[in-house]
Amino acid sequence: MYSKTVMEHFRNPHNYGKMENPDGFGRVGNPQCGDEMIIYIKVKDNVIVDVKFETFGCVAAIASSSITTDLIKGKTIEEALKITNKDVVNELGGLPAIKTHCSVLAEDGIKAAIEDYKKKKLKENNND
Amino acid sequence: MEKRIVYLDNNATTRVDDRVVKKMEIYFTKFYGNPSSLYDLGFEAKNAVEDARKKISKILNCSDQEIFFTGSGTESDNIAIKGVARRYQKKGKHIITSSIEHHAVLNSVEYLGKKEGFEYSLVKVDSDGIVDIDHLKSLIRPDTILISIMYANNETGAIQPIEEIGKIAREKGIYFHTDAVQAAGKLSLDVKKLNVDMLSLSGHKFHAPKGVGILYKRTGINPIPLFHGGHHEKNLRPSTENVPYMVGIAEALEIAYDEFEEHKKHIYKLKMMLKEGIEKNIDGLVLNTPKNSVFNTLNYSFKGIEGESILFSLNDFKISVSTGSACTSGSLEPSHVIMAMGREDSISHGSIRFSLSKYNTEEEIKYTIEKLKEVVERIRKISPYKV
Ligand SMILES: Cc1ncc(COP(=O)(O)O)c(C=O)c1O
Ligand SMILES: [Zn+2]
Repeated sequence: MYSKTVMEHFRNPHNYGKMENPDGFGRVGNPQCGDEMIIYIKVKDNVIVDVKFETFGCVAAIASSSITTDLIKGKTIEEALKITNKDVVNELGGLPAIKTHCSVLAEDGIKAAIEDYKKKKLKENNND
Repeated sequence: MEKRIVYLDNNATTRVDDRVVKKMEIYFTKFYGNPSSLYDLGFEAKNAVEDARKKISKILNCSDQEIFFTGSGTESDNIAIKGVARRYQKKGKHIITSSIEHHAVLNSVEYLGKKEGFEYSLVKVDSDGIVDIDHLKSLIRPDTILISIMYANNETGAIQPIEEIGKIAREKGIYFHTDAVQAAGKLSLDVKKLNVDMLSLSGHKFHAPKGVGILYKRTGINPIPLFHGGHHEKNLRPSTENVPYMVGIAEALEIAYDEFEEHKKHIYKLKMMLKEGIEKNIDGLVLNTPKNSVFNTLNYSFKGIEGESILFSLNDFKISVSTGSACTSGSLEPSHVIMAMGREDSISHGSIRFSLSKYNTEEEIKYTIEKLKEVVERIRKISPYKV
């Protein structure tokens, strides 16, 4: 049912856990659909230098979260915003059709975290 | 130990008993005649089918003329529900069933509602997953013609008050069908005691092959058949008889009730061992199986974790279980059964069913407890919900 890469990321997910004082934080999904994801990012000079996730969800959701953190780590904000769920699915070596929504969650997660980061930055700049 | 499969999904299907395979074998290769044929090979086949029917009728405490072979549990449910609804629609077009039925029942009733102008009501269940009798009574209308309530639930194992419902239905002159697919080999199938008019069974849930079912139908009730063809099964289910499977399902049912006490004792002990082991070793549990349940089924939700991730992790250790999680169902809806019990969404997505059989061992249960603890701890580290 799942590709080798999906199972590898599910068995040994990268960058999971809570991040203290993140620069950006995004929480997407809901318990009703069964998948829920939090993405934390640390940003330095417009580059995502660290990223962590916490996910409640199926195998596909956990694997998508894990590979997404790999994809955006070291990327600029602009580069990270270009990542779509298609990239996530490709990197995973494919997902069953009914699991596509689990990868959309990952794309939404990145966007939400970056939006939060931008909002915080704007606030800081205004305070300066 | 690591290499062998620990199969704890016996409500999904079971291993066929070797004795059943052996009993069936000669009907493939030696007595392969068509039971309708008028020569010895046909007579042998016919006798085998009728012996099988008699064996089954003894266990169900009914006449052999009231036992019909079908192609599956799903087919038995469909014949009973669609057949009776269509036959007796002049009396009324209202059907009552419960919110926790198998899709074979729920979708049949829904189909009649959508396509054939029937109305239906769903009986609520309590937080134990047992149908609310008072609610059921309140749903009965003058035009109610059929009640269909399952005997034991496939996901939780909850036993439903069939005798009592049967009595109510009889008093009101309403036909009563029960899907007893998950009760075979676990509860009494005495149709007189149960007050049922129709009862469905499926072979592959009690160590017979897949693709063979039984419908008990009280004489005097005449569902309209789903298929039209020959005279087989008194026109109720035409098709040349699947002789080996009919022999097999009867043999399996006979074994299940001959050895009932022995298997009950063994399996219940394993269930209690699993229950105690899980409750001692793992926090944040929601038990979805009530006290009044079949002796082989145990269902828990593990807070903070979605069911599919537990299922796949246990599969890495060769342990087979199932889940009510939406992400495995294809429907994106979590288990309708656990939801009907009033559980929160995240709890419904996290339900895991362990269903045991006579082939399980204490060693397997110990191994499962140990691996389950590891798996739950591992996945909880990834989850935003902390227990
Ligand atoms: C309660 C219940 N009813 C009906 C069925 C359907 O039986 P079958 O698989 O033989 O069609 C099942 C099993 O899948 C079941 O658990
Ligand atoms: Zn998912």
